[in-house]
Amino acid sequence: MPDSIRVQKILWETDDVFTLTLDMSSHKNPSGFKFAPGQFNMVYAFGIGESAISISSDPAQTGTLRHTIQRIGVVTDALSQLRRGDVVGIRGPFGTGWPMDTLKGRDILIVAGGIGLAPLRSVIYHVLRHRSDFGRLIILYGARTPLNLLFRVELEQWSKQPGVEVLTTVDKGDSTWKGNISVVTKLLGSAKLNLENTIALVCGPELMMKYGAVDIERHGVKSGQIFLSMERNMKCGVGLCGHCQFGPLFVCKDGPVFPYTRVRDFLEKKEL
Amino acid sequence: MEPENLTVLLKNHPFLKGLADKHMQTLLSCVSNVRFQEGEYLSHEGQEAKNFYLIRSGRVALEIDAHERGTLRIQTIGENEVLGWSWLIAPYRWRFDSCALEQVRAFSLDGVCLRNKCDTNPEFGYEMLKRFSLIMAQRLDATRLQLLDMYGSRPGVR
Repeated sequence: MPDSIRVQKILWETDDVFTLTLDMSSHKNPSGFKFAPGQFNMVYAFGIGESAISISSDPAQTGTLRHTIQRIGVVTDALSQLRRGDVVGIRGPFGTGWPMDTLKGRDILIVAGGIGLAPLRSVIYHVLRHRSDFGRLIILYGARTPLNLLFRVELEQWSKQPGVEVLTTVDKGDSTWKGNISVVTKLLGSAKLNLENTIALVCGPELMMKYGAVDIERHGVKSGQIFLSMERNMKCGVGLCGHCQFGPLFVCKDGPVFPYTRVRDFLEKKEL
Repeated sequence: MEPENLTVLLKNHPFLKGLADKHMQTLLSCVSNVRFQEGEYLSHEGQEAKNFYLIRSGRVALEIDAHERGTLRIQTIGENEVLGWSWLIAPYRWRFDSCALEQVRAFSLDGVCLRNKCDTNPEFGYEMLKRFSLIMAQRLDATRLQLLDMYGSRPGVR
């Protein structure tokens, strides 16, 4: 059964993406809602349905929980109409998170596209909170247009932190946009990577991840050092219903974070 | 700039990585250092493509005049990248406008000079063609991905 949780705040990031902040202060776990960066919850709009949504909060802030959601279907549309004080259902956290232990002492290359920055924001918060445990942080982020860039204020703040490099790009600029216009993986050429010591975390549309991982490898990062966060329609979230099956894998249970080497062959298969 | 320093800087540009010394010497006589200020145009669509640029720093936007839609910026070219291959392919006319988004430092290579050298030295010509073919293939791949509108909504999901 989902836990009933109150909405504390809704913030519209773009015209179709919003962040729900939930009040976890009365959560059944007295030490707060704990999750690993990369995990997701099943978020229930009562009377409408459930949707698997990645957690985009700071893992250290257990009193609130944030989900950044793109409004693209019936459930997410219902969630977008919630107001402060409304109640949602939460089941989770589910799935595998990003390999935070593997990241220790390493340079971290984050390659994100569109809403894909949301599941990686928890990693960024964690790394910045424990700065001395990690090497350089390089964030490459792409979106459709300048108006679709998420977390612009935070991106600016992160770029000012020591040892952090942030590069952004859009697929379509306009005459006023003075930033990069290209696919996000083209930014790899501008990032100065220490190849041996770099772990790459990739999240975004599947096409972007498929070609992005190839490009990251082409730039010299070994395939064993690349991790992707996959996405599929989910129903149960616990590996029983089969809706999220991806080859022999269940995205909800075996993922959503996978080593690239584990999913590379499946990314090539049509209609999988 | 001293020829020795120029050679070192050129050798460091990713586009010329691995180019044999003899071909670098062929190239040297066609190279000059240039600088563009923000808002300055490096090329205009339809103009004769007399040169191409190896960008050393700064960013350039490729633009298309889309008439009633105004000027569209479709791609940016930055540090360590190459701007222009129209000098190599008939009718040797620029295909886009290109505008400096900030101060740009670049090497300008004389396309007419280099084309003549490609014609008289096929080995050098093949080296240039190999390198530009790779650039074109990468740009085509990237353009295809941009056209796919990857970040658009997927119907029926969530």
